[in-house]
Amino acid sequence: MTVEAQSDSSAQPQRSICIENLSKEYVRGKPVLKNISFTVQGHSSVAIIGPSGTGKSTLIRCVNKLIPPSSGNVYISGENITHLTGRNLRMARRKIGMVFQEFNLVERLSVMENVLCGRLGYVPSWRAWLRKYPQKDIDNAFSLLDSIGLLEFSRQRADSLSGGQRQRVGIARAIMQEPHVLLADEPTSSLDPKTSVEIMELLVSLSREHNIPLLINIHDVELAKRFTVRVIGLSMGGIIYDGPPSELTNDHLKQIYGGENWLQ
Amino acid sequence: MSPSPLRKWERFTFSERLARFAVFLGFAAALSISLRSVQIIPEFLYDAPTQVADLFSRMWPMDFAYYPAGIHDAMMETLHIATLGTLLAIVMAIPIGILGANNIVHFPLLNWLSKLILVSSRSVNSLVWALLFVAVFGPGPLAGTVCIGFRSIGFVGKLFAEALEEVDPGPIEALTASGAPWFSVFLKGYWPQAAPAFWGVFLFRWDINVRESAVIGLVGAGGIGMVLDTALNLFFWNRVSVILLSIFVVVILAELFVTAIRKRII
Ligand SMILES: Nc1ncnc2c1ncn2[C@@H]1O[C@H](COP(=O)(O)OP(=O)(O)OP(=O)(O)O)[C@@H](O)[C@H]1O
Ligand SMILES: [Mg+2]
Repeated sequence: MTVEAQSDSSAQPQRSICIENLSKEYVRGKPVLKNISFTVQGHSSVAIIGPSGTGKSTLIRCVNKLIPPSSGNVYISGENITHLTGRNLRMARRKIGMVFQEFNLVERLSVMENVLCGRLGYVPSWRAWLRKYPQKDIDNAFSLLDSIGLLEFSRQRADSLSGGQRQRVGIARAIMQEPHVLLADEPTSSLDPKTSVEIMELLVSLSREHNIPLLINIHDVELAKRFTVRVIGLSMGGIIYDGPPSELTNDHLKQIYGGENWLQ
Repeated sequence: MSPSPLRKWERFTFSERLARFAVFLGFAAALSISLRSVQIIPEFLYDAPTQVADLFSRMWPMDFAYYPAGIHDAMMETLHIATLGTLLAIVMAIPIGILGANNIVHFPLLNWLSKLILVSSRSVNSLVWALLFVAVFGPGPLAGTVCIGFRSIGFVGKLFAEALEEVDPGPIEALTASGAPWFSVFLKGYWPQAAPAFWGVFLFRWDINVRESAVIGLVGAGGIGMVLDTALNLFFWNRVSVILLSIFVVVILAELFVTAIRKRII
């Protein structure tokens, strides 16, 4: 793949995400996240697992302040973005690519336009309005579409694609941002097992290629173990396990998800 | 296990039934009160068929020669009033609609202000708007255009605001997360989703406005209505019939046109 960010990334200091004592309470006195801290650097892919309602989505949304954290700090490649607002926040968000469970494409726009939406943080609104994106962006979008095997779909409307294809468009859109970190909130939960594996492969390979950390919320523990180099187990808003997938035992899983009958 | 008691099920709870009965009673009362205040005079009612027959006999034969001489230009003016008026309404309704969509503008006071503007536009009848603008601009098509514009803001703005509020928040979140500025989020997130509804509303309103602008001429706001008014005042009944027929034809054509286009865009 020949996206610009690749050549840049080797020259720049390592891309990283650092979360420091992050807490979040939607309702006062009822914290959903309690003092979460961890750091991910370079091309590591990290899975975040945990039972439903434990705050995985909240954690990932606190990173780019789609949900404002209650306390703690988030650093992207060393820059503290926790207290940014307005224009500065937008500048910081460009560095954070995000992939969603429901893809969140603009259904009525073409595949190409959806991919180019990843440039909206860089391109002035009037250019977006007239669809006069810089040629460099268009070239990058085409080569990205080519590499994910969707080149021939570029003019098709996003709602005419299958789930797996849509998710790939969603990933391409995130990569267009030239992000310093890639977040994915259950990117495979709406997909069949085979497509899920393909999407995980794509995410992990992009993280390697662009040398950026990848943070994935995922319910499928096997998939997590297979594709990531580190697993963070959340339960009741705290980190219960943080280590390589090989050391994640059934005991840990019992601790994370509770009960044990389901493990058989 | 002990035998479970008989479990009753009814479509409505007791209080719901009470409320429904009260509503029914209210309707009955309203009907009887309004029947009394209308004061139908039987003599006039018996007379009506003769009057209608008389009217028709005076309208016949139709004076078709009058169409090119006196109607055509006025009819074109009516269509122009309808079209320009609708465009004017759209220009004003877009910002007001955005202001009224509570998923875009998070200040309840501004939402409320927008609702106030939209409601006042709709609650004033088009003839009243026409009288108002005839007083301001003098009689003629300008007053008619502005009248149609102001009258339509409420309709267009309300439906546009609703279309915006029904937008899927997912893509909006995705664009926001990518650091896009507000206007870009609107252009690429809200607008593509609301656009079909918007153009549908635009066409629908234009169709309504063709009908409305035929009427507002009666109070001097330009177009075919003014010609109709003159013919009525001079008792030229065979002209009146041609005017009414041409209004009928144009309204039907407008409706067919709008239906055809709506099918293509939605
Ligand atoms: N906007 C909100 N307001 C109040 N409480 C919320 C809000 N969003 C989430 N919560 C609560 O925070 C907790 C964590 O939610 P979150 O969506 O982060 O869980 P999750 O781990 O992503 O679950 P899942 O695996 O089902 O996606 C839940 O108990 C939820 O009810
Ligand atoms: Mg979640």
